[in-house]
Amino acid sequence: MTHAEIIALLEQQFGSAITAKNADALDPFVTVDPTKLLDVSLFLRDDPRLKFELLNDVSGVDYFETDPKKVAKAGFDPHLEVVYHLSSFSFPGRRFTVKLVLPRWKDGVVGQLPEVPSLCGVWRTADWQEREVYDLVGVKFLGHPDMTRILLGDDWVGHPLRKDYEFPLEYHGIRCR
Amino acid sequence: MGLLEGRMEDGFVVTSLEAAVNWARESSLWPMTFGLACCAIEMMATGAPRYDIDRFGAGAFRASPRQADLMIVAGTVNLKMADRVRRLYNQMPDPKFVIAMGACTCGGGPYYKYGYNVAKGVDLVVPVDVYVPGCPPRPEALLEGLMRIQDKIHKMKEYHKGQLAEVPVPTRTGSVLLPPELATPEKSFAFLTENKERAKPAK
Repeated sequence: MTHAEIIALLEQQFGSAITAKNADALDPFVTVDPTKLLDVSLFLRDDPRLKFELLNDVSGVDYFETDPKKVAKAGFDPHLEVVYHLSSFSFPGRRFTVKLVLPRWKDGVVGQLPEVPSLCGVWRTADWQEREVYDLVGVKFLGHPDMTRILLGDDWVGHPLRKDYEFPLEYHGIRCR
Repeated sequence: MGLLEGRMEDGFVVTSLEAAVNWARESSLWPMTFGLACCAIEMMATGAPRYDIDRFGAGAFRASPRQADLMIVAGTVNLKMADRVRRLYNQMPDPKFVIAMGACTCGGGPYYKYGYNVAKGVDLVVPVDVYVPGCPPRPEALLEGLMRIQDKIHKMKEYHKGQLAEVPVPTRTGSVLLPPELATPEKSFAFLTENKERAKPAK
């Protein structure tokens, strides 16, 4: 099954929930409406034609240009993306990518993290990966069993891999700059 | 044995208590098993037979801070770890010494500018006695740092009445005596060019 066929199958199954697609990219992907993510991922895992049993990686990307001179050239509006890389054991070598496009802040309120359904119930590997995305990029995964920071200290302020993150001046009495 | 054999009247020697204590201290520094990053690999190499830190009496790596005199901070100290480093330091019995091993512990190293999570030098967390630069330092460099610690201990004056405790400064610099043909930069340059000439294949 080629990537184009996978994308066609998903489009046939979910219709408007697939908001964007690219079968020619190095990692062919579809972009999914976050509210339909659980249905799509269960289908990707369980459908006998697809059988993506393994979630390799969850990563978060911050599309945000901090330099006001370069904003016009950047070619994107500020947003976050969460990227899921899948592969299959039943069909060795088959890879696929699912993306979510999110606002940088929920409802445009600075400080309110955007929310996404957690995939812990679908792939167990999502557990720590989602915590890492939460920790560093700042995406809240709803329904996650333990939505706490995984790398940084529990009392850390902010999400360091956001482009507009400001470094702390002091942490527990240690000068940071 | 050997050095001292047959040299003493009735096996008796006179020295000051301080010198004896300092001698014992500097010859049995027990470091703490404490590796944070890649520098720990070099620290392990220093402990292994090829470089053999045991020659300097510092081979007994203790797994508990309560048995250790020397903390070799080998590797990047991130802020989450910094609290633990300070705690471990506080648990060590006096007198205690700290070697900051590697660029990261000396001043942040490659993480100085963009490392949001790295302490910019372990001296912001605990007092450091000797800095060993390098990324990572060679085992020889760590041994050099250990010898500087020993110098400090050698100069310690703890039992003098009414004397302020001063921070001893290591006196030896670690410079080596070069053979005469390499003594000055010009001579060593000439030596190298001559060597290169000699290595050219004959026509």
